[in-house]
Amino acid sequence: MERILFGDNQFFAVNHISDEKSRAQSIKFKDDSAIIKTLDEARSLGINTFMCTTHDRIANICSIIRDNSEKYNGFKIFPCMPYAHKYANAVTELGIAGTLKQYVPGNFFGSLFKGGVAFLSKDYLSIMELLVDAEMKMFKGIETPVIFLQNVITDLFLGLRADEILIAFHHYVKKKYNADAGFITMNMPKLLDVLEKGGITNPIICSSINKAGFRMSGGKEIYEEYLKTRKFRAVAMQVLGGGAIAPREAIEYVCSLPNIESILFGASSKANIQNTVENIHHFDAEH
Amino acid sequence: MIKVALIGAGKMGISHLSILGAHPDVEVVGVCDTSKMVNDFLSKYGNFNCFTEYQKMVNEVKPDAVVVAVPTKFHYTIIKDLLVNGIHVFAEKPFCLTSAQGNELVELAKNKGLKNQVGYHNKFVGTFSEVKRLVNSGILGKIDHFVGEAYGPVVIKPKQDTWRSDPSEGGGCLLDYASHVIDLINDILSPVTAVKGSLLKSIYSKNVEDSVYSLLELSNNINGILSVNWSDETYRKMSTSITINGSNGKIISDANELKVFLKDPSGQKGYVKGWNLKYITDLTPQVDFYLRGEEYSAQLDYFINVVADKAPNTINTFESAWYTDRAIELIKSSAK
Repeated sequence: MERILFGDNQFFAVNHISDEKSRAQSIKFKDDSAIIKTLDEARSLGINTFMCTTHDRIANICSIIRDNSEKYNGFKIFPCMPYAHKYANAVTELGIAGTLKQYVPGNFFGSLFKGGVAFLSKDYLSIMELLVDAEMKMFKGIETPVIFLQNVITDLFLGLRADEILIAFHHYVKKKYNADAGFITMNMPKLLDVLEKGGITNPIICSSINKAGFRMSGGKEIYEEYLKTRKFRAVAMQVLGGGAIAPREAIEYVCSLPNIESILFGASSKANIQNTVENIHHFDAEH
Repeated sequence: MIKVALIGAGKMGISHLSILGAHPDVEVVGVCDTSKMVNDFLSKYGNFNCFTEYQKMVNEVKPDAVVVAVPTKFHYTIIKDLLVNGIHVFAEKPFCLTSAQGNELVELAKNKGLKNQVGYHNKFVGTFSEVKRLVNSGILGKIDHFVGEAYGPVVIKPKQDTWRSDPSEGGGCLLDYASHVIDLINDILSPVTAVKGSLLKSIYSKNVEDSVYSLLELSNNINGILSVNWSDETYRKMSTSITINGSNGKIISDANELKVFLKDPSGQKGYVKGWNLKYITDLTPQVDFYLRGEEYSAQLDYFINVVADKAPNTINTFESAWYTDRAIELIKSSAK
């Protein structure tokens, strides 16, 4: 993974501290061309990986990237699935069974076939695989070396102790997409324990890591301890603590930590992207 | 360890179950759902002890407390049964379909000395708690108006076939979305005691309302507006906010951001004259396990602490939820 990953929150009105800013971003990025322009600005500053949700609009962005394959040669996407609100709203409206009926490709309640082999409704791993395939359709023909599971799902399974599903996700994306599985979580220490117990060594884990201790469940100290003593490929997100920490101070903290392979951030303006990139390079050189 | 069971593993139930499953002071002794698919999943992967009949579960696993997350129409019967059996109850919102039913349960819980809570999670959101603290401090002066709002994209096309589209089962925007806002108004300002007029409008739904607009009067004679719409696609997810105007200033708050304008901060620590901006990041305590938002873990932590006698049973009680049920009734009758 590259040192710096570019995120997509700003494109889809995700702002963890201000609904007003969300709305402004939603208006700014209403056209796909505005998203592409910002991605191109990030590329011009040396960022070649875009980590994004499987939001409907990403399908359009992927088409543009596919149609301009020469321009985007070497550009990678790390899909983060699923786009949780799509499913959360569907569950509110249709219930769990209704949502599966709607989103699992083919007719879930009819005869369920996959590669010609029928499976029983008990075969939840096959349902997971079908959902992954459905989410991955939009990325066809694009380099996706790491495929992430969103934190809402990772953490839901973690609490339900459905560790087997997390492990199966890891193996499936390797087998089907020749990709590494990544896990986004708000509970990094707990997740690492579970993945290791499931036989996954050196997993890719993306979690909030910031000087303010924001969304570092169980406390900042245990995160720092795990980074020092455990083996995993850490991606730091929410490094600005939702805007609570001054950018330089925020980046200095993350760069000073051991074992952080990548830093994920998003920004809407070229100046902000440049500023963050320069800060990362500066503090990387210092530590 | 507190022995907890769960009835109803739907959207909220499964989220509660995950949080309880990760809770260091909780032993999840049973899960009850009518869906075979859900039960199969939970017993196969989570090793939960699953049931399809709650009475059987309660008799067998003997929980100290039960989380009830079934459709609202089942609340009264199930909660009553649990209370009669001496079990502490956390129920999802809204509490009951009629205030008479709710009143009976409030009294029953009181008489039996049982702990009770309803899942109005906004009470555990840092910005809203700060609004309540500020209002209680009197810093706004004489309050003359409020606006409570919630918008989001739940029903955005004409297609629905669940209990949420059935008014007799507790479906509709009033019980789902608006109840959160009413409950916040009741808690932060004062309970709704009269409704001057309401519009319950369908946008996509056939049988239930998708939006609620209402003119409310509180027990302290303050008037204000309720404006709620769950068919608003301009929001990515549910967004709840409250605006309060007073003689000394104004508060505008959602779950992320608190904006306070004060003519005279009169020694209110951390606040200055004019606009003040505070973010959820400054106002939220860390939780041990995070799923969907700190508030969901915090409300269950609180319930477990209440059951364990480590905290007083004062937030989101059956009684406070009953005030919200009553306001819902008043809104319904004012719209006729």
